[in-house]
Amino acid sequence: MARMTMIEAVRSAMDVSMARDDNVVVFGEDVGYFGGVFRCTQGLQAKFGRTRCFDTPISESGIVGTAIGMAAYGLKPCVEIQFADYMYPAYDQLTQEAARIRYRSNGDFTCPIVVRMPTGGGIFGGQTHSQSPEALFTHVCGLKVIVPSNPYDAKGLLIAAIEDPDPVMFLEPKRLYNGPFDGHHERPVTPWSKHDLGEVPDGHYTIPIGKAEVRREGSAVTVIAYGTMVHVALAAAEDTGIDAEVIDLRSLLPLDLDTIVRSVAKTGRCVVVHEATLTSGFGAEVVSLVQEHCFYHLEAPVVRVAGWDTPYPHAQEWDYFPGPGRVGRALAEVMEA
Amino acid sequence: MVDSAHLSLHVPEPAVRPGGQPDFSNVKIAKAGSVPRPEVDVASEDIRDLAYSIIRVLNRDGEAVGPWAGSLNDEELLTGLRNMMKLRAFDARMLMAQRQGKTSFYMQHLGEEAVSCAFRKALAKGDMNFPTYRQAGLLIADDYPMVEMMNQIYSNESDPLHGRQLPIMYSSKEHGFFTISGNLATQYVQAVGWAMASAIKNDSRIAAAWIGDGSTAESDFHSALVFASTYKAPVILNIVNNQWAISTFQGIARGGSGTFAARGLGFGIPALRVDGNDYLAVHAVARWAAERARRNLGPTLIEHVTYRVGAHSTSDDPSAYRPKTESEAWPLGDPVLRLKKHLIVKGVWSEERHVQAEAEIMDEVIEAQRQAEAHGTLHAGGRPSVRDIFEGVYAEMPAHIRRQRQKAGY
Repeated sequence: MARMTMIEAVRSAMDVSMARDDNVVVFGEDVGYFGGVFRCTQGLQAKFGRTRCFDTPISESGIVGTAIGMAAYGLKPCVEIQFADYMYPAYDQLTQEAARIRYRSNGDFTCPIVVRMPTGGGIFGGQTHSQSPEALFTHVCGLKVIVPSNPYDAKGLLIAAIEDPDPVMFLEPKRLYNGPFDGHHERPVTPWSKHDLGEVPDGHYTIPIGKAEVRREGSAVTVIAYGTMVHVALAAAEDTGIDAEVIDLRSLLPLDLDTIVRSVAKTGRCVVVHEATLTSGFGAEVVSLVQEHCFYHLEAPVVRVAGWDTPYPHAQEWDYFPGPGRVGRALAEVMEA
Repeated sequence: MVDSAHLSLHVPEPAVRPGGQPDFSNVKIAKAGSVPRPEVDVASEDIRDLAYSIIRVLNRDGEAVGPWAGSLNDEELLTGLRNMMKLRAFDARMLMAQRQGKTSFYMQHLGEEAVSCAFRKALAKGDMNFPTYRQAGLLIADDYPMVEMMNQIYSNESDPLHGRQLPIMYSSKEHGFFTISGNLATQYVQAVGWAMASAIKNDSRIAAAWIGDGSTAESDFHSALVFASTYKAPVILNIVNNQWAISTFQGIARGGSGTFAARGLGFGIPALRVDGNDYLAVHAVARWAAERARRNLGPTLIEHVTYRVGAHSTSDDPSAYRPKTESEAWPLGDPVLRLKKHLIVKGVWSEERHVQAEAEIMDEVIEAQRQAEAHGTLHAGGRPSVRDIFEGVYAEMPAHIRRQRQKAGY
């Protein structure tokens, strides 16, 4: 057991998986010799050799397309898209190919690939280094979509993703790479070494895909969040003193509907929080499910807190990023209704 | 001073449109036997000419000539002829079945039979093709059962793909035929990935990528070339230049490039053009490329120069965009007739045996059709279960899909 950052946990997951299974290969832009722009793959090439971990041309469609071919052969590729914002050239390969191959071939061919990508804002990345494209994947049947919120989950979920027989999109909130974040940008990030969930087993373990986790028990209102927003929601609950139950979805597709329904049925109120833009965001799906399954338990309309419906600005990042203040106001709103 | 205020856009047009005289004067055809056959370990820069010429074996007199001749014996050639005839008969029956409303859609291979049928014979068991919709000859030449192909076309109760795919989008891992996508060029880079995997595992199997001339404009074509070149993947990169991308002539996708094959040169990939209507030439070139790949010498790009005699699909009307007589004017002839003539010249075939073989093959296709139709057609008889809609999206059915299946009553 060691204290790890999320970067180290992600690296450890690949390390453990590559050691256990010769068919696991890791590649992407700058991931080989250099170890990735965030160093998630640092040391893997030195340890496993250049044919197990290597650099690729700058061609996202090429990275995902070749991964699909390798998976059809029998390998288990775990590839990196340098930033989630760069995945669009690979979107065709992900949505029409990786997601469909099992179905359209009736299992004759399968596609056990993992596509990792740093996601979200909070690092002054501007419009093209801050996006949260998860809803573009959750709309696609055949994919699985994971967004971890801490090192312990990141490692267990990534190993589960690599071992999963289907294609998994693994979105890593880069704001959480080095430590949890309470949404107050003027405060420094707390290192994971001071956090319980920074304690990560060195060896192999998995966290089941499709299971949410209740991060904070409460009875007045349910806050549903994932990734960085889990920490923002926890900070908002603390700041407001509202007895909020905070659910960390961890897996968006498949989604743990049971945990959501159980909680909202108990609290009767619900706030959904995500970083991605509001309109047609993943929150819309969650609210719709809450309406379908919890309508008679609801005592107030469900409220969404999300990024604005604009591109992600650079200088005004902290006015864009949903913080504990906005989440707190939403909590107060549903409590008053 | 240069007057730069009056630019105009160049939009390429084919030489002839409907009503005009077909014109293939732009197709420069090398004499059969005139193009050299380099050693397989040749450097790509030493064979740049092969990206601009056309490798041909069969001459006008039906003789096999030159350094690319001799890769097949008589028995193999007779099998090749039979496979091409089988594909043509299969096409004819399935085209008719579509017209009769037994299925929604069909795409035929008329004029292009040699490309896939001959190529398959240069591969070994275990190699993998990543085909487009016009390489069913890969399956026919590998003895994949025609009944199964028809079951797929009819989306009937015995369709191996359970009614989920458009007709002709077959899949057979066992026969080295990757599941077909309707999205163009995606399979090209996947083939490179498969080949890279084989190299990573120090295997001996190779991959073949397939694309049409029009789809070379897709970015995945270029991604495939850069990955194949970078990692020296054991893959054969095929471009089937049949002159037409639905109604768009090949000059649109080709742009200012001399040939499609020449695109490989910028990547340092050996690139060859072959007469796609010459069964012997296609086989010889494919075997050369396969040997290169298997000897870890890397990828080869092959442009198969051919002509799509039929419509793009059953939804297309070629008379709206090209002269009706254009296919007859195609200078490289009919692949079936050319091989037939060669075998007659060699004394191992005759007009009588050909007529007899045509009848036998048609009987075989009709019998397969009878068996397939006993399992149903698209709108009549047995069909896949509605339950199949929900199966196989994931290895294990997640709760939300199970709820939807139950809601649908299954």
